[in-house]
Amino acid sequence: MKVARKLVLYFCFTSFIFAFNSIFDHAHTYLSEYDFFEKPLKKHNPKANVIPYKIASPLFSDYAGKMRFISVPVGTKISYDTEHNFIYPENTFLIKTFFYFSDIRNMQSKKRLIETRVLKNTSSGWIALPYVWNENQTDAVLSLAGDRITSSWTHYDGKTIEILYSVPNMNQCKNCHAFNNIQQPIGPKIRNLNLDFTYSDEIQNQLNKWISIGILDSLPDFKTIPRTVDYNNHKDGTVNERARAWLDINCAHCHSRGRPAETSGLYLDYEEMNQTALGILKSPIAAGRGSGGRKYNIVPGHPEKSILEYRINSIDPGIMMPELNRKLVHKEGLELIQTWIKEMAPLEK
Amino acid sequence: MVVWNFTSNGCGMIFFKRFIFFQLLTVFLFAEFEKDLQLKLILAEPGDTIKLDAGLFPILGTLSMEGKENIVIKGSGINSTILSFSNQVEGAQGLSITNCHNITLENFTIEDAKGDGIKCQYVNGIIFRRIKVQWLGGPNTLNGAYGLYPVQCENILIEHCVSIGASDAGIYVGQSNNIIVRYCEAYNNVAGIEIENSIKADVYSNNVHHNTGGILVFDLPDLLIKEGRQIRIFDNLIKENNLDNFAPKGNIVGKVPSGTGIMIMATEQVEVFKNTIIDNKTAGTTVVSYFITEEETKDTQYNPYTSAIYIHDNVYWRQSQLPTLDHEIGILLFMHFFRNVPDIIYDGMPDPKYFSRDGTIPVNRKLCLKNNSNASYLNLDISSNFESWYSPFFADFSMDEKECDCMQDPLSEVNLPLFD
Repeated sequence: MKVARKLVLYFCFTSFIFAFNSIFDHAHTYLSEYDFFEKPLKKHNPKANVIPYKIASPLFSDYAGKMRFISVPVGTKISYDTEHNFIYPENTFLIKTFFYFSDIRNMQSKKRLIETRVLKNTSSGWIALPYVWNENQTDAVLSLAGDRITSSWTHYDGKTIEILYSVPNMNQCKNCHAFNNIQQPIGPKIRNLNLDFTYSDEIQNQLNKWISIGILDSLPDFKTIPRTVDYNNHKDGTVNERARAWLDINCAHCHSRGRPAETSGLYLDYEEMNQTALGILKSPIAAGRGSGGRKYNIVPGHPEKSILEYRINSIDPGIMMPELNRKLVHKEGLELIQTWIKEMAPLEK
Repeated sequence: MVVWNFTSNGCGMIFFKRFIFFQLLTVFLFAEFEKDLQLKLILAEPGDTIKLDAGLFPILGTLSMEGKENIVIKGSGINSTILSFSNQVEGAQGLSITNCHNITLENFTIEDAKGDGIKCQYVNGIIFRRIKVQWLGGPNTLNGAYGLYPVQCENILIEHCVSIGASDAGIYVGQSNNIIVRYCEAYNNVAGIEIENSIKADVYSNNVHHNTGGILVFDLPDLLIKEGRQIRIFDNLIKENNLDNFAPKGNIVGKVPSGTGIMIMATEQVEVFKNTIIDNKTAGTTVVSYFITEEETKDTQYNPYTSAIYIHDNVYWRQSQLPTLDHEIGILLFMHFFRNVPDIIYDGMPDPKYFSRDGTIPVNRKLCLKNNSNASYLNLDISSNFESWYSPFFADFSMDEKECDCMQDPLSEVNLPLFD
């Protein structure tokens, strides 16, 4: 039935879609057409110029696992600007597949692929294309309008979780990825990639690897490059560093200057130094009932009085933050933020 | 130009079966209507009109349009095309329009969005025409914050629109430029119409009634766009805005006293004229600094004072009635005036940067009142009367309107070149 419906939808729209829409100059209908992976596609064994990578602190996506790959056209290199931001060559692809193990504690349990997001750097900037996996897990089909997919798994506590997983539509992709209205990758920042990865042949720092295989210009002062801590790893940084890493990847794609939530005056990126902008004793602007009756974004020492805590602890669409792509509370992240606020010294007025 | 129409595909019986089937699935799945409409919003090309049929359509997630130019989204009537978000499962807004140019929204209703009704950000040229945003079931803290919500936009026209039940502002324009709000109706909201941190707005011929506060013009700190100015409020009917404040706590609008007609806070160059301001029980018009909120700010570029406010040729009328007793200012007014509170209340906090050597404020930076009918005036002079919590109750407030007897140059009209 589902397939039939999709076909109906496609026959309805393909006739005019392909006639005039520039999206389709760049987008294939099926993921397999890009030729990123060996067959069978679902194994995600990358072809020669498709490189797997991971990031230090990942965005929470309802406990979905993620596989990430980058493909830089042969003969071109990623460079970087003075602030260590990457400049990607045209036709670079970033590929990210979201999946669930049937038991989140067991990496050998059955893996179900949900969606693959393809970011392509075109001559007119990045475009984001969501692909949804079919039930047989043989291929994924372009779903510009997004989708909602029932997903379930056994969680860390042994209980079964079932959610209506939401695949963002193309606009929602852009809502997060836009910086000064230009789409940008979020995860692969230089400080987020500066860590070891287990490749098929060796364990190597990802930046070094990229340099050695010739997809990245050598970096000037390798040792001075900052590294985001892994917020999941208690040993990797202080509570403050880990909390800031969590806020950076989960919030700052909207909550920083030049990004969609800049209207709120709340900036949560790793680099933000202004205490009010970070939310400390800052009144909300347009929170509505998202304030939960609390007066300030952060009240040092009091997570239970902080709007920030209230909103990341909610799954009500009118309250919760981030707004999209989340049906569950990130329990571990919430605890980290609670600890962070609790340990925060009161500000002197 | 391509016109897309949402009609049945004409296969009678099959369509009927599908219809029943999807009705049943609506609560759990991505309904076809929603998916089709979202796809059209994504694929729209300049010049397109996206038409919406009459009907009540349940929508489960935010509908969004991004990066488009010259698009019209047109329903079949303000009361006949209804997009209902009462079962919304994701996204906070009903409709979200970002990074666009020349967008027209016409003839439909957005109902029961979990957050804001229609949010537009980074849009140059946006028309809302005969759009209704409402929350059924009346004023409720659980309603979404804003009905119509353009923010960081330019060239905004909002006309013949209706907003009902917003827990912040029904029609809210924030951090924007060049704005007209006219022929609209707003009721059962906390704030009927609010213009915040915005430059050049004409708000006229609106019917703003039964809100907590009718029309608010605010500047707030810690925002990118500060120094809102050049706002004209005229020819509006502002009546019985006496609704209990139901804003969720923590929101600045939660501090607006029930029974406020017009409130001007921490902003400059506002001209209020030819309005009919009737039976707002606490204050027909207030002109106050940010200090009245008792909030602190570290924003050094923020100006908390009001200046260059000109209120003239308005008609005030107020039945003898109690002000709100839910708010300190209301209680204070009650203690001093019982049932006959003044119409225009000023906190007496001029911007100190405009003080001349002799301690006066030049006329063009003052609060000026001229030719208002039935208007009594009160200066709270909060810098000298509010030293301790009890002092205002013993203070001898000035009610001498002569201190504001002056005229200012009229502000210029807003022109929206794109739409004329």
